Amino acid sequence: MLAWTIYLSFAGALACLLTPRENPRATRAVAFGTALAGLMCALIGAVQFKPENGLEVITNVRWIPALGIDFSLAADGISVTLVLLTGIAAVAGVLFSWNVEHRTNEFFAFFFALIGGVYGVFLSLDLFLLFVFYEIAIVPKYFLIAIWGSTRRDYAAMKLALYSFIGSGMVLIGMLAAYAVSGLASFDLQALAQHSFAPEFQRWAFPLVFVGFAILAGMWPFHTWAPTGHSAAPTAASMLLAGVVMKLGAYGCLRVAMTLFPEGLKMWQHELAALAVTGIVYGALVALVQKDFKFVIGYSSVSHMGFVLLGLVTLNEIGWSGAVLQMFSHGIIAGLLFGVVGRMVYDRAHTRELDKLEGMGLLKAMPFAAVTFVVAGFASMGMPGFSGFIAELQVLIGAWQAFPKLAILAGVGIVVGVVYTLKTTAKVFFPDQPEAAEPHDPHAHELEPISVQERLGAALLILCTVIVGLHPRLLLDFIVPSFKSPLFDGLRKVAGL
Amino acid sequence: MNTADYLALLTALAPEVIVVLTALLVLAVDLLGLQDTPRSYRMSIAAGLTTLGCAGAVGWMFMNPTVGNWHGGMFVIDPLNETVKAVILLLTVLTAMLSVDCKFTRHVGEYFALLLLATVGMMFLASTEDLLMIFTSLELVSLSLYVLVAFNKQSRASAEGAMKYFLFGGMSAAFLLYGFSLLYGLAGTTNVPRLAQKLFALGPDPLATVALVMVVIGFGFKLAAVPFHLWAPDAYQGAPLPSAALIASGSKVASVFVFAKVLLFGFSQHGWGDGDAAMGGWIPLLSIVAALSMVLGNLAAIRQTSVRRLLAYSAVAHAGYMLVGFLALGSEAFGSLLFYVTTYALTTIGAFGVLGVVESQVGGDQFKDFAGLSRRAPVLAWGLMIFLLSLAGIPPLAGFFGKFYLFAAALTNDTQNLPFLWLIVLGIAMSCVSLYYYLQVLKQAFVVAADEDARPLAVPFLAHAVVVLLAAAVVILGCFPGWLLDTLHQAIGELGR
Repeated sequence: MLAWTIYLSFAGALACLLTPRENPRATRAVAFGTALAGLMCALIGAVQFKPENGLEVITNVRWIPALGIDFSLAADGISVTLVLLTGIAAVAGVLFSWNVEHRTNEFFAFFFALIGGVYGVFLSLDLFLLFVFYEIAIVPKYFLIAIWGSTRRDYAAMKLALYSFIGSGMVLIGMLAAYAVSGLASFDLQALAQHSFAPEFQRWAFPLVFVGFAILAGMWPFHTWAPTGHSAAPTAASMLLAGVVMKLGAYGCLRVAMTLFPEGLKMWQHELAALAVTGIVYGALVALVQKDFKFVIGYSSVSHMGFVLLGLVTLNEIGWSGAVLQMFSHGIIAGLLFGVVGRMVYDRAHTRELDKLEGMGLLKAMPFAAVTFVVAGFASMGMPGFSGFIAELQVLIGAWQAFPKLAILAGVGIVVGVVYTLKTTAKVFFPDQPEAAEPHDPHAHELEPISVQERLGAALLILCTVIVGLHPRLLLDFIVPSFKSPLFDGLRKVAGL
Repeated sequence: MNTADYLALLTALAPEVIVVLTALLVLAVDLLGLQDTPRSYRMSIAAGLTTLGCAGAVGWMFMNPTVGNWHGGMFVIDPLNETVKAVILLLTVLTAMLSVDCKFTRHVGEYFALLLLATVGMMFLASTEDLLMIFTSLELVSLSLYVLVAFNKQSRASAEGAMKYFLFGGMSAAFLLYGFSLLYGLAGTTNVPRLAQKLFALGPDPLATVALVMVVIGFGFKLAAVPFHLWAPDAYQGAPLPSAALIASGSKVASVFVFAKVLLFGFSQHGWGDGDAAMGGWIPLLSIVAALSMVLGNLAAIRQTSVRRLLAYSAVAHAGYMLVGFLALGSEAFGSLLFYVTTYALTTIGAFGVLGVVESQVGGDQFKDFAGLSRRAPVLAWGLMIFLLSLAGIPPLAGFFGKFYLFAAALTNDTQNLPFLWLIVLGIAMSCVSLYYYLQVLKQAFVVAADEDARPLAVPFLAHAVVVLLAAAVVILGCFPGWLLDTLHQAIGELGR
């Protein structure tokens, strides 16, 4: 069932492309149907999935025997969690881009090509296949930003495409070297994970592959594509970029770099943790001084993804499960934040300058957006009751066990996170003298009301973060048993678990 | 030698004979019967005859699979060179189809006759193991191509390109011949496999190194490898479009094939897979040429604003990638090399097909002429996207798999020391660069809007057909590289070396 998410998305991309250009309604219908069908497949797959089995192989077909490449898809709890996230993000993304009127068919074609690639990465068991899906996701991102983007879209799109491609180039080198050195004549992730590579090889191959993937996860100092890319992208694309594409990178770090080269992780653990924490603190501090609403969210993404990376390198189970949960949680919350900023505010107010938004009386003009943003802000800060809390808590506990000093610094990052979120919320929606500042703002009445689709999308995302926040075991029951599968044998051994 | 021998030889040569006869027929029909008819009619008749002739030659090879060796390697038929010849004939047919809608000449018969004669040269090139025959057929190819480049008599650029091509070509032919004569002087034979035995019996000899350098210069010119590439941009830009397409495709396939044969059979002891026994130090020499080609080709391409010149520099870069395949030494690598060059040729012809329509309808090959192509000719635009992304090496397109396989073969050659890792790192880094300039073209086609008065392009049926066919081939060969690879590997296996 899970594999159908991939096929459906690519079929949906083609179907969207073939819908007539003059009829955006038809395209939207197809797009919504595809996204919904994908989410349904993901849900059914998740319900049928038995976490205690570890890794469940879905398909395994010989593909290119000359190189030992198989078309093999498999899922463990981590994949299921992320596939669910992708499904949700896709539905929300379609809902939030209901107002795309310009070249709608092409927009959704690129959108679903990207989604299909993302599903594919999360479900691949063959390293080659994973890489193919990973790269499939690059090109649609470029066009989504370059065609439908806003400020400096040329620059942002090219920067994102090149950063992604350089990252995947690094992964490609490491992957080819691992293939050659192992002598297994196979790209099967399980086989490669069980092969113990020489420590000297792991010393250079691990950072290469890990950083290659982590570029896409927004690891400091390779994060600069993220804020520019997010803010230039159209709403749905920023939701996907921050929501799922950054998770591709983190997932690759976990699934490929860490399982293949566990000893390499041990060698570089402290350096990487330092980079992750730098990302957390730096992202938060920079978000504090941004003047552009989307840049605030963009930098907050860098900060939150720092938690994912920090959790991954802790080398203990609570850190790992926290990292995976944070991937899910941030995917939902970032999607929500970008939905509010990009769709609800920017598409109506036509500015993202915090200073200008301050005077527009947005609270009155669109109370729904204000409420949504406040909720999303709370979730993003890591308030208990939302998914972010439990995820970041787990990461911090894991980090405390591994590197106490850095964990404290990361805690500081959370505090700064509270500050910039509250500051931005206050500035945009609750300015000091809301009445004094042009009580009858001429723009206020022109703003079109929040549409049903936006309400639905926002409700879906809020629901997810609250459910997971209140009942995290729903996902943790998937995630935690995954680390028992043979894929993680080497990693567990190195971690001493 | 009795007459029966000649009859047998003639039977073995049947495909070549068919093509020569077709060339004469095209010439005769056009000169004698069609002078008063409209040009488009003459073009169609000539192209139709060319297609029939090539199809007949392929059909003959398919119906009468022969294996044999005539006059001590002067003429050799084995499954591998039959496959290569079939590919060359296919490329000629595609070139002929692209020629139909071109308006650069009134000398239709001569043009197609030269096209076919060049093809005959390529076919001989593919099926000989004798230095003299190699040189003669190479000259047949080159002389035909010089004229084909100069065929547009109205254009100064065409004459200039042809002159450059001719001067460089003549010079490099002299080098090649000089190298061959030295080899003959050393070994007393012109047969390539026997040459290897003699050279190794002699032991290291500075004269052999000199000969080797000469040979590399001679073939480096045909491949447009740095530093012998200077003719390429001008010839690509000035030549009539189909001539440029033929230089970039058929001529490339034949030259790569024969170059690989000379180096791998003639300069290494056991033919395959024995890096230590490579004679005369061609491995370091070729590594440097490969590295220079990849770097210079890709960097120079960034600066181009003409798509033809861009394709020329990308051809230089791709020559570098192909040379990496030479270094890998082995049947695996030889297969990957042939796969690479075949898919490259198909992709390039496709790109030229799109370019041809744009040139004839919009009036130029500058980037700006591609603006809004996705609106004006959607099928061509998507075709262009597939071709260029394949050249950049984005999965799941054929160009990606070609590169991947080439690199994998180069690395698995010696898994202890990974001697070519640096070249592969360089190659992957440079393909990141290449994505930049390919995206610049695609940006014009998909992102930039056309002028207000831009109308949809009237795309000729044949151009549509060629582009769609080739785009499908590039996608299919990328997703299922197995069948071409298996054919190649099987054919290489049957060589029995």
